Amino acid sequence: MTAVVAEHDDHHDHHDHGPEKGFLRWIFTTNHKDIGTLYLVFALVMFFVGGTMALIIRSELFEPGLQFVDPNFFNSMTTMHALVMVFGAVMPAFVGLANWMIPMMIGAPDMALPRMNNMSFWMLVAGVLLLASTLFMEGGAPASGWTLYPPLVLQTGKAFPFAIFSVHLLGISSIMGAINVIATIFNMRAPGMTLMKMPLFVWTWLITAFLLIAIMPVFAGAVTMLLTDKFFDTSFFDAAGGGDPVLYQHIFWFFGHPEVYVMILPTFGVASTIIPVFARKPLFGYSSMVYATGAIAFLSFIVWAHHMFTVGLPIAGELYFMYATMLIAIPTGVKVFNWTATMWKGSMTFETPMLFSIAFVVLFTMGGFTGLMMSVAPVDFQYHDTYFIVAHFHYTLVPASVFILQAAGYYWLPKWTGNMYNEKIGRLHFWLSAVSVNILFFPQHFLGLAGMPRRIPDYAIQFADWNMVSSIGAFIYGFSQLLFVYVVIDTIRGGTGEKVTDEVWEDASKHSLEWTVPSPAPYHTFTTPPETIPTEHF
Amino acid sequence: MSTNGAYYIPHKAVWPVMATAGLMLTLAGFANHLNGSSIGSGMMMVGFVVFLVMLGLWFALQSTESESGMYNHGVGISYRMGMMWFIFSEVMFFAVFFGALWYTRNLSVPWLGAGEGEFISGPGRSTATLWSGFEAVWPTNGPGKVGGEFEPMGAMGLPFINTLLLLSSGVTCTWAHHGLLAKNRDQLIKGLLATVGLGFLFVAFQATEYYEAYHEMGLTLGSGIYGSTFFMLTGFHGFHVCVGAIILSVVLFRSWKGHFSPENHFAFEAAAWYWHFVDVVWLGLFIFVYIM
Repeated sequence: MTAVVAEHDDHHDHHDHGPEKGFLRWIFTTNHKDIGTLYLVFALVMFFVGGTMALIIRSELFEPGLQFVDPNFFNSMTTMHALVMVFGAVMPAFVGLANWMIPMMIGAPDMALPRMNNMSFWMLVAGVLLLASTLFMEGGAPASGWTLYPPLVLQTGKAFPFAIFSVHLLGISSIMGAINVIATIFNMRAPGMTLMKMPLFVWTWLITAFLLIAIMPVFAGAVTMLLTDKFFDTSFFDAAGGGDPVLYQHIFWFFGHPEVYVMILPTFGVASTIIPVFARKPLFGYSSMVYATGAIAFLSFIVWAHHMFTVGLPIAGELYFMYATMLIAIPTGVKVFNWTATMWKGSMTFETPMLFSIAFVVLFTMGGFTGLMMSVAPVDFQYHDTYFIVAHFHYTLVPASVFILQAAGYYWLPKWTGNMYNEKIGRLHFWLSAVSVNILFFPQHFLGLAGMPRRIPDYAIQFADWNMVSSIGAFIYGFSQLLFVYVVIDTIRGGTGEKVTDEVWEDASKHSLEWTVPSPAPYHTFTTPPETIPTEHF
Repeated sequence: MSTNGAYYIPHKAVWPVMATAGLMLTLAGFANHLNGSSIGSGMMMVGFVVFLVMLGLWFALQSTESESGMYNHGVGISYRMGMMWFIFSEVMFFAVFFGALWYTRNLSVPWLGAGEGEFISGPGRSTATLWSGFEAVWPTNGPGKVGGEFEPMGAMGLPFINTLLLLSSGVTCTWAHHGLLAKNRDQLIKGLLATVGLGFLFVAFQATEYYEAYHEMGLTLGSGIYGSTFFMLTGFHGFHVCVGAIILSVVLFRSWKGHFSPENHFAFEAAAWYWHFVDVVWLGLFIFVYIM
């Protein structure tokens, strides 16, 4: 590996390598920290846009009957909530973290392809703008569910082609972002930073990037077929012409299953980064964590049809996809045990990032177990398309991905801003979130087992009680998130007033390189590679 | 290439935003056009022009920077990785359409043709009540005979000639690369000229093939699943041949300007990789779409 020494084209002022002055800085920037900030802010805004949609859904479901919105708009809300949260909030937030942290963790001066880095952010914005524009179109936004299944999705009004092209733009954005991550990790590591010395966050993102490059074109292909079926007379998903709507489901889930791991693997990475620091121990089983991540990524490509157990698959397919899916529990179990073993006999302290991380380990495991339940094909016939699946994937996304993203925020904000966040409000945010998220999603298991279907604006009277509980939880959870926004803004503007050290957290610099640079991290870091590589994490 | 210089990190970039604006305008225009709006096609044209101008300017910037020795060995590696993984993403894109062809031919069309009470290793259901009398024979436009009678495209004739053209263009491309490495500028330019020429000839023949399909064989994009898979696979491939040929033309122009050296010619390599990728996809098409 070559030593990476950076050269910046600051011809005007060789002493000041700081950012451009003024607003244009944020449009033309190629700096990984600026772009990381753009991604993170964008994701936070989208988190509230998607959250508002969720609250519209939960308001409607507070009581049986139709209260606030018409059924088609309700279905638009479930669809857009998912698309916004997946493609606008969770994925961009992790790309933001990748931008900020990967170069600092591997001792690189910046991302490998800085111009393309800028482009992937703006393509994301363009994609989300196209998607958001569909809300105001004749016929409403897509209302088919985020899976965009034909033939239902073909009934979308004017929004249809906009939604399709939005997916194309989001795909382009993700692919470019992923290529950048791979090139950075393979090509920009500091001397001595061997692959097996990289922090796990870097490892999980490397593997996630491969997933993204492999699946985003698949989704693009699927929606392209939808487009041609609607406008150019093709018959991919039309049985009269020899096609098959189930074909769409196969293609979609070949994309869709790895896609959900795109949201969880970096989550694992951040958890594996935070837990050792607050347990004051090296991560237990570093190499097994790496291999488990790889195994999960590999398995994600060969289990897709467990999303389609009730569609009428051949019995051999049902059996194969059932057993293959169960295998995922093994590497995932390795991870959960490793996190637990990392904490075992550690000198733990419970600052906000650690609280969120511990809650993640417990609640993600819950979501994992319900996943295992649904992998059993015959039993899945009961759960399929009920609130049970809604509860399942929300447990793996909200108290997992979102909790960990917020943990990452608390963990790295002092490094990013040089200021300490307000620990009291952080903990309040944690406890409110951790309690309300369970009030919100736990009752949905009961609703699902009792047979309440998902994506329905009205329901039978026997589901009323738990829906009410769930909606109350939703509002507490939703409004608690404003505390997070408060903490972020407050920290940027000075926080507690306490100046943080370079290391911020006790002995953190033994774990990872970002804690060896000043706080706040200067505009350019590691323009010359670091001398020593931390080894505490493996 | 200045191999001992520092890793070049540009300070700001104007073209990515323009690329995004151009592409977004193009797609929004196309969407409007599909919705029957009159402003659609105009928007699309403007967006496309913006995008093309951006491409020209961005490539010019890259080539100027490269020629002034700003890219060291590390930058070259990043670019190569970028191109490699971009091609991999393209492979996955084509895989979807090949997959759709495989799935319909081997699974869903036979299921459609399963007779009353007949369960052919399928999903355990018979579609005979819906489509009785449908015989599952490839090529098909389905039980609804969507698009009417058609004649399938044979492998011999134009497609076979096109295979030869594209394979030879792969050879001339490699020949040009050898010329570049041996500092034989004449061989480099002749090789590239031949490659680009063969590429465009391929496109012209394919256009002829499409013309015949539409006007003499009754075979259109609307000819059921056969027409869908045939035209989408060969059409996307043809589009990639055009893009590849344009990239090669730019490389040809730069070779003519004397840009590349045996040590520093990323643009040539990227174009060549892309071209070989297009070549390999065609072989897949020739086997699975035309012959089988």
